[in-house]
Amino acid sequence: MAQRAQPIIGTTGIAAGVFVVVAVLLSFVGLGLRAEVGRGLGPAEWAAIRFTVIQAALSALISVTFAIPLARALARRRFVGRGILITLLGAPFILPVIVAVLGLLAVFGRTGWINMALEALGLPGLSIYGLHGVVLAHVFFNLPLATRLLLQGWQSIPAERFRLAAQLDLPPAIVRRTLEFPLIKQVAPGAVALIFVICLTSFAVALTLGGGPRATTIELAIYQAFRFDFDLARASLLSIIQLILAGSAALVALWIIPNFPLSAGLDREVHRWDARGGWQAWGDSCVIALGSAFLLLPLFAITLAGLKGLPEMPAGVWITAGNSLWVALLSICVLLLIALPMAGWISTRRRGSAEAIGLIGLSASPLMIGTGWFILINPIADPVPLALPVTALINALMALPFALRILVPPMRDVLTTYDRLSRSLNLRGWPAWRWLVLPRLRAQIGFAAGLTGALSVGDLGVIALFADPDRATLPLQMYRLMGAYRTEAAAGAALLLLAMALSLFWVCDKGGRRHAEA
Amino acid sequence: MLRLDEIMIVQGGFALQADFSVVPGRKTAVIGPSGAGKSTLLGAIGGFLPLTSGKLWWQDTEITRTAPGHRPMAMLFQDNNLFPHLSIALNIGLGCRPDLKLSTEDHARVQRALERVGLADMSERRPGELSGGQQSRAALARVLVQDRPVVLLDEPFAALGPALRHEMLDLVHDLTGETGATLLMVTHDPQDVRRIADDVIFVEGGRAHAPQPADALLENPPPALQAYLG
Repeated sequence: MAQRAQPIIGTTGIAAGVFVVVAVLLSFVGLGLRAEVGRGLGPAEWAAIRFTVIQAALSALISVTFAIPLARALARRRFVGRGILITLLGAPFILPVIVAVLGLLAVFGRTGWINMALEALGLPGLSIYGLHGVVLAHVFFNLPLATRLLLQGWQSIPAERFRLAAQLDLPPAIVRRTLEFPLIKQVAPGAVALIFVICLTSFAVALTLGGGPRATTIELAIYQAFRFDFDLARASLLSIIQLILAGSAALVALWIIPNFPLSAGLDREVHRWDARGGWQAWGDSCVIALGSAFLLLPLFAITLAGLKGLPEMPAGVWITAGNSLWVALLSICVLLLIALPMAGWISTRRRGSAEAIGLIGLSASPLMIGTGWFILINPIADPVPLALPVTALINALMALPFALRILVPPMRDVLTTYDRLSRSLNLRGWPAWRWLVLPRLRAQIGFAAGLTGALSVGDLGVIALFADPDRATLPLQMYRLMGAYRTEAAAGAALLLLAMALSLFWVCDKGGRRHAEA
Repeated sequence: MLRLDEIMIVQGGFALQADFSVVPGRKTAVIGPSGAGKSTLLGAIGGFLPLTSGKLWWQDTEITRTAPGHRPMAMLFQDNNLFPHLSIALNIGLGCRPDLKLSTEDHARVQRALERVGLADMSERRPGELSGGQQSRAALARVLVQDRPVVLLDEPFAALGPALRHEMLDLVHDLTGETGATLLMVTHDPQDVRRIADDVIFVEGGRAHAPQPADALLENPPPALQAYLG
């Protein structure tokens, strides 16, 4: 009988996969040790579940609803700066959440631009805290994602269809019905599901804009139970609820979640004959202007405030910035050590089977894993000195699904294209990595590393559980400054953090692409 | 001697049988209609396709299940014969050692191979910076340093123009003549056969026929080959 040929790489990936699964399972063990399931769910837990689901559902629906006209306008209009705008739509991936929150506060906050304008007009102000603040921030982050997903779908419509529509001189309503509605029906549910799952485990947004009994997500409730009451039983119970909720949502969503549009290439030009002038062009322009303003004004505001605030920053900010930098670098190293072998292993499997492991990053929330590990570590060692390494490790786990999505497809290509040549030369194992896979995937490795670095440096999550005053990261320090109403210093720190996240991404991404051969 | 012992390769609904030996040092062309299984035959000999039944022998050793890189063969494919991100010297160096830990002697061998195929001053270039003909020469230089007793060519020069292809075949002819290697070469051009081959394996109707002297066969082809040659 014909036996399957050994792939040239892939065995170490099993070890990496096992490491990930064990790391997550260990946290379950910790949670299981402390959770008192018999205690049942109190009204506070039910409120957290309700709020978590409601805010995630609203965020997902609103993001996709607004993304549809924006993606449509971007798909059929050509204007100066379109390429830059589409690139910027990818920015929220690497934008630290807390920086964006501060930017949103500068625009929508109590003393923000909008409220000042409303006040000048004699109108009542609006509050950004609570449900609508949380949803607003989530829409800010996920509207671009939804737009990119839809835009990707739009560009998958063959140009010939539009040519045919133009040849038949179909009116806009018919173009919508025959070309665009089927597409929206195909892409939108997946986009809603993806954003819903992402928002379920949201922590930093809820921490800064939510709170109180009526606006607490499960993730935030874990933090509060842990940090304020040191009630590990309750934190464990909440973690398990979080796991069940996010895990089942992720499982369901797995079937409809589209590919993350992480790569470039969305600025490809497709000639559109149905993009007419008149009110249609006006409508598109307004949508694009409004969308850009919504996404760019907060960034502009934080840059402005940050420049003013830089001199106000206390010296501690620089120490925490140093901490953040090494957490990010450690995180990149851990990620590459896990993701590369795993991607190699997955690439040699049949499609889809092992990619599910990447889902762990979506369903296992950082605070849940952190709580579980804390329970295990606490009796053996002081968890506080481990705060930074644990943060780095968890950040790497969170970046893993994205990294796998970036690495697996090109790795599959490389292994298919050069399989026979490598085998005829007996190129396998480490030499195959050294001389074939790593050099051919430089660009994608750089991109994945940059993404991880930026995500990690800007992450305000598990560090909040473990940290003491001496061991903070820059995002945590920023949060503390905000809590102490030192808004200017916080804005300065935000600008520093933003610069760090962007430069980490830029250095890794450029480093990968330099000399990357065709 | 390379011996195909009652070999059967089944792929989906396609089956190919072969049962013959290849005389060492001979240059053998594999011809036949497209889709008849020429590449399948070479892929199976090279170790890229598993045999459904039968055995493959090299001298007195069975190599039916030997990994491609451990067989006494060097093979060139229709495409992807060079790694585009490595210099020509490194691409050829892979033929000495797959981990590229090259000794001084290895470097000297790479250099000699480069000189032999006329690429001495191209060693630091990448494949993309070379013409199609030069890329073929580089791949042949690697076959040279691999120094295997059997060379398998699965139409590596198909994308070249006729003049360049003839030039490459002449080079192959000379190189295998110098090293004494056994050559198995897929082609669908009778001219190529006349140019270089001693023997011909005709693949048709699910069977690879035993090698026969090229001249006699082309002079007096059996009906099936006659139909193919037209």
